[in-house]
Amino acid sequence: MHDLVRSAALPESGALSTPGNAPVIWPVALRDVCFTVGGKMLIDRMSLQLTPGRRSVIMGPNGAGKSLLLRLTAGLLQPTAGKITFGGQAADDALRRRVAVVFQRPVLLRRSVAGNLNHALATYGVPRRERAGRREELLALGQLEHLAERPARVLSGGEQQRLSMIRALAAKPELLLLDEPTASLDPQATAAIEDLIGQASAAGVKIVLVTHDSGQARRLADDILFLHGGKLAESAPADSFFDNPQSAAAQAYLEGRLLL
Amino acid sequence: MQDFGAAFSQAFALILSGDADLMEIIGLSLRVTVAAVAIACAIGLPLGAVLAVARFPGRMAAIIFINALMGLPPVVVGLGVYLLLSRAGPLGPLQLLYTPTAMIIAQTILVTPIVAALSRQVVEDLHGEYDELLRSMGARRFGVIATLLWDARYSLLTTALAGMGRALAEVGAVIIVGGNINHVTRVMTTTIALETSKGNLSLALGLGIILVSLSILVNGLVMGLRSSAARMAYA
Repeated sequence: MHDLVRSAALPESGALSTPGNAPVIWPVALRDVCFTVGGKMLIDRMSLQLTPGRRSVIMGPNGAGKSLLLRLTAGLLQPTAGKITFGGQAADDALRRRVAVVFQRPVLLRRSVAGNLNHALATYGVPRRERAGRREELLALGQLEHLAERPARVLSGGEQQRLSMIRALAAKPELLLLDEPTASLDPQATAAIEDLIGQASAAGVKIVLVTHDSGQARRLADDILFLHGGKLAESAPADSFFDNPQSAAAQAYLEGRLLL
Repeated sequence: MQDFGAAFSQAFALILSGDADLMEIIGLSLRVTVAAVAIACAIGLPLGAVLAVARFPGRMAAIIFINALMGLPPVVVGLGVYLLLSRAGPLGPLQLLYTPTAMIIAQTILVTPIVAALSRQVVEDLHGEYDELLRSMGARRFGVIATLLWDARYSLLTTALAGMGRALAEVGAVIIVGGNINHVTRVMTTTIALETSKGNLSLALGLGIILVSLSILVNGLVMGLRSSAARMAYA
């Protein structure tokens, strides 16, 4: 299956080496990034660096700034201060196209499953003659072949999120940002999404996942970024974070104490 | 004054007989209306979508202006088009006055703001839902507009329907620029006005019944299409 991912949906040479003549996006660096709304500092001078390979999971309580951090990285929001660079350069359209996003609530076009993928492939600039083949490979990847002609918005929650995942992978991203993609899914649907994440990661796509689910973080994370109050409270390898959290906020969070 | 019941029965007899003059009037009405609505949609849908998606100085003023144009008095539009197309007007050499083309121009001017204003609202609502997704995909402005127009297609049918309702019922502008010339520019609404003034209620009523029936038929078709699209989660 990993071979299929690599050859069909994801960068042919894996994310560690940039495919074709695509621009180099690594490292993705945030320097003193702030994001303020109505005078309230929601992201407070955050600095971090994302490098390819290891899977990063962002954790933290509600309002910590997890989703905001993802949106800022994806360029959906602009920081009010600080800089976000890709490979040392300010982000431009070409660099941003190496980044794909999966949202907590799938936003699907009012089209069939195949129509959603056709739209994505066209938007990502895949030549027309290659689209049908790529679409079939993506459908197989998401195990949605039998639903190809079904209207996307009547699919179950799990199927909709699988479609969102393979649509994001249609971009052949080097960085995949996932904002609580299994938040409202049952265990079976969650397992299917985690399997897709695992395949993408194995094919070399850098995964940055936001989750509230400690179990999921333990299953998927190589590194943990723990946010609290708009600040990066802790950044550590997953094993050491779960065994021995350094910040008081992380300790309280993992012990299930209310962080007020 | 004819008996009301007799006028109705004569009207139905006229419709059922397939009277050639009646068919000619209906045919011209439909040709002018469909052409005007098609041109208005070709202009108004992209215009509405651009107003919904683009951010530029004066956008709000443009939206207010387009919304205000929805209430354009038809006789004023008729007068404006008349002045443009009259022999002394800037487009006089084209000799379009008192032709179906002049009527199409007048109706297009009346319908385009309706299509643009209503489609702007429809597309703006959908844009709110799709905005982050399309931006995260790196969709360019033209791609965003094309996506929104296609995905809002069933809602936009209602917009076109509103334009068609305006065009079908319009009399003030087309009578000024068309002149209501028999076998040339006579359409249903102008004929109703003329025949009523002459006291020929049966023809006027017959045309009125057809006009209302057409409106119900088109509305029914569009509603049917929309509800089946909604069942398929495409609307």
